[in-house]
Amino acid sequence: MKIFLVMSDLIIPLTFFIIILYGYAKNVKLFDTFIEGAAEGFPIVMQILPTLIGLMVAVGILRVSGALDILSDLLKPLANLIKYPVEAIPITLMRLVSSSASTSILLDIYKLHGPDSFIGRFVSVMMSSTETIFYTMSIYFMSIKVSKTRYTLTGALIANFSGVIASLYLTEWVFGR
Amino acid sequence: MLNYLWSLMILIGITVGAFTGNLQELTHGALDSAKEALTICISIAGILCMWTGLMKIAEKANLIDGLARRMNPLIKYLFPDLKHNEKAKKYISTNFIANFLGLGWASTPAGIKAMEEMQKINKNKKEASKSMCMFMIINMSSLQLVTINIIAFRAEYNSANPSEIISLGIVVTVMSTIVAIIFTKIAERLVFK
Repeated sequence: MKIFLVMSDLIIPLTFFIIILYGYAKNVKLFDTFIEGAAEGFPIVMQILPTLIGLMVAVGILRVSGALDILSDLLKPLANLIKYPVEAIPITLMRLVSSSASTSILLDIYKLHGPDSFIGRFVSVMMSSTETIFYTMSIYFMSIKVSKTRYTLTGALIANFSGVIASLYLTEWVFGR
Repeated sequence: MLNYLWSLMILIGITVGAFTGNLQELTHGALDSAKEALTICISIAGILCMWTGLMKIAEKANLIDGLARRMNPLIKYLFPDLKHNEKAKKYISTNFIANFLGLGWASTPAGIKAMEEMQKINKNKKEASKSMCMFMIINMSSLQLVTINIIAFRAEYNSANPSEIISLGIVVTVMSTIVAIIFTKIAERLVFK
């Protein structure tokens, strides 16, 4: 289990090392290019801002109103049946539909339970290893006007589901509950 | 989609809030969330810019093309129907590699071009071909190895070790992709005889 933590510590430094070494071998002007790329990052972040404001306000309203708790209470029996953490149900469902809305719920969970709580770690892993299925499917298939998608949705949902379950057990195994 | 979802979230929230008598806190909640959104964007900007800077070096050094070429044997196994379509295979591997590295702006255009190339040799233009299903399912199983956004968010909320979840994310990403491939290979046999 400790190997996971060691690996986590290694990955970012290793990515830096490999990319810079590769860039050096290819005669890239390293620092100039880094600056250029870093400058491009700022507008990307600022583009997220309006969406994040809109959705965090919506999630904030849902949270304070008590609606999220009511939803969790309703789903509790089902969640307990499969031993799934109730707090993670809204984000698990939202993840399939919208990346920014699920990010807003993620931040709400961090605020409420902290990123280092079991639930905080679990949703971190889950968000890192799943994709917004419905959105992705619609842009790709719409672009080529294919309407019959055969087993694509089933496959994507199975992959998503296995990712969610694997995140849950792996987090429990490595960090404890 | 978000038009409905967003308005629904707010309408439900306010209705429930009115019943539970939480309207005053609800106003505070809305204002605080808006403020928090800005704080978060500003504080994750540093980490994200660091990452886009690093990825720019990868891009200028042609790392995407370099890695894409190495994927050839795997692409051949996954997409046997595209044996003679070099263009489609190139777009697919570019999309996969860009996804691994988390370069959304590079992966989506390549992915759409890959779909267009596959559509050219698709016999029934309304139905998804075998290769399209494989491509889409793998794509949606999530490929990104290091999700820097999540790490940045964790850092913003004072995690003691924001990056501790990277390796778990990678293991789960690989596992769900393997599940996706196994499912699709089985489904192919059943649907396309």
